[in-house]
Amino acid sequence: MAAIIEIKNVSVSYGQSQALKDISFSVEPGDFIGFVGPNGAGKTTLIKAILGLLPIASGSIELFGKQRNKFSNWGKIGYLPQQLSFINVLFPAIVEEVILLGLLSQKAWPKRVTKADIAKVDEIAEQLRIADLKKKMLSELSGGQQQKVLLARALVSLPELLIFDEPSTALDPDSREFFFKLIKEMNEKNGTAIILITHDTGYIGHYAEKLLYVDKELIYFGKFSDFCKSEKMSNYFGRHQHIICHQHD
Amino acid sequence: MAGISILFVINTIEMNMINFLQYSFIQKAFFAGSFIGIICAALGMFLVLRKMSLIGDGLSHVSFGAIALGLFFGVYPFYVAVPVVVAGSYLILKITEKAKVYGDAAIGIVSAVGISGGIILAGVSRGFNVDLFSYLFGNILSISNLEVVLSVLLSCVVLAILYFYYWDLFSATFDEEYAKTTGIKTSKINTILIFLTALTVVLSVKMVGVMLVSALLILPAACALQIAKGFKFAIILGCIISLVSVLLGITFSFFLDLPAGATIVMMNAIFFALAFIYKRIA
Repeated sequence: MAAIIEIKNVSVSYGQSQALKDISFSVEPGDFIGFVGPNGAGKTTLIKAILGLLPIASGSIELFGKQRNKFSNWGKIGYLPQQLSFINVLFPAIVEEVILLGLLSQKAWPKRVTKADIAKVDEIAEQLRIADLKKKMLSELSGGQQQKVLLARALVSLPELLIFDEPSTALDPDSREFFFKLIKEMNEKNGTAIILITHDTGYIGHYAEKLLYVDKELIYFGKFSDFCKSEKMSNYFGRHQHIICHQHD
Repeated sequence: MAGISILFVINTIEMNMINFLQYSFIQKAFFAGSFIGIICAALGMFLVLRKMSLIGDGLSHVSFGAIALGLFFGVYPFYVAVPVVVAGSYLILKITEKAKVYGDAAIGIVSAVGISGGIILAGVSRGFNVDLFSYLFGNILSISNLEVVLSVLLSCVVLAILYFYYWDLFSATFDEEYAKTTGIKTSKINTILIFLTALTVVLSVKMVGVMLVSALLILPAACALQIAKGFKFAIILGCIISLVSVLLGITFSFFLDLPAGATIVMMNAIFFALAFIYKRIA
C-alpha cells in the first residue's frame, strides 16, 4: 500500500541552528504513531514541516504520493495545533463557525457553506458532546471546551490522516480518556492514520501502535513492542525505556 | 392650543425633511455614502481583528500625496489616487516581507513618504493648496456625479470580492497557520485584503477626508465587536452601524450646518460609546 507520508533525509533549520537533522520515515494508512521526545527536540517542527508551514533545508516530503509543494488535497489531513493561546479574545466567532473552517479544505473557490456542511458540524459536535455550545463564542469557553471545538474542526472533514500536537494538555482526565478512545476508534474502524505528539510517554503506549522518538534526529521509529525489546534502546534510554513501556499492554 | 403648536412643529420638520431629501446633492451623498460606509465597516472588521487598523491611516496619507500629484499635473485626483494608493499598499506588503521591518513600521514609512510628497508638491506649485487641503477633511455633500458612479462601482467590486473570499478571509483572520493547512493561500488573501483597503481608502477620502479615514474603518467594527456574537453577525452589525452613522451624519450636518465628515465620524463614536455602555450593563 502506498505511504501517506514519505519523508526522506529531511533537515530543518532556524537561521544558523539546526532543528532537525536527516530524518527519514514513512506513515502507512491505518498507522497510529506516537511522536515522543524531550522539549525542544523538534517534534512540532517536524509536524510543521510536513504540513508545509516551515520550509525544509534539505530532503523531500511526499504527501499521499505527491511532493509537498505540489500537494493540494488538504481535505485528507486534519490538524489540531498545539497552542490555544493564539485564540484572539476579541474574535466574535461562534463554535459552529469555527468547526466549519475544518471543511474549507474540501471546497473549491468560491467557498460556500451548505446545509450538508451544517449537518456534518452538528454530527461531530454531538459526537464530541459540545452540541450545546454551538452558538456560544469560542472566547467565552474554558480551555478544555476550546480544545474540543478545535478537535471537532480537525475531525469534521473525516480526514485520512489526523495530526495532533499535544492534544490532551487542556483536557481534564475524563475528557482525555474520551479523546483517546475516540481517536482509537477512528483509527480502528475507519482506518484513519494518526500522528500524535505527546509528553504522555506512559500513556501513549495504550493506544499508539508505533513510536517515533526524535531528539533533533531520529532515535527510534518502529513498533512499540519492538522498542521495548530493543537492547539498543535500553542502552540509549536506560530507565526511561521502562517508563515508556511499562503501561503498554 | 399646545396640540396645534406641536402639530405645526411636526409639519415643519416633515416639510423640511421632504425638501431636504429632494436636494440632488443630498441624494448623491446618501447614495455614495451608504456604499462607502458599508465597505468600510465590512473590511474594517478584518483589519481590526488582524491588528492592521492603522493601515487605513497610512494609506490615507498616501492618498494625500497622490491627490497632490493629480492636482500638480492637472489630472483628476481620483484617477491618480487609485493606482498610487494601491501601489502604496503593495509597498507596505513588500517592505514588511523583505526589509526586516514589522508591519506597523512599514505603514509608518509609506505614510510619511505620502505626506511628505504631498507637502513638497504643494510647496512647489503654490497654486492648489486650497484644493489640496479641502481633501484633508473631505466633503461628501460636494460629491460629483462621476464620483458617485465611481464610488458605487468600486464599492460593488469590493463587496463582490469580500463575498467570494469570505471564508478564506475569515479563516486567515482567525488562525493564519491553520488556514494554510486547509490549502488557503494566506499570502494571496493578505494581498487581496490590503488592495481592497487601498481602494476603500481612496473612496473614503471624499467622504471624511484624509484625517478621518481610519475612523470609518475602525469604529463600526469596534462597535460591533462590543455586542456581536458570531463573525458573520458582527460584520452585518458593523455595516448597519456604519450605514446609519452615514445617513444621520449627513442629515445632522445639513440641518446643524456642521462639517459632514466629522459629523459622520462623531455619530460612529456615539454608537461605539452606546455599545460599550450596553455591554457593561447588559
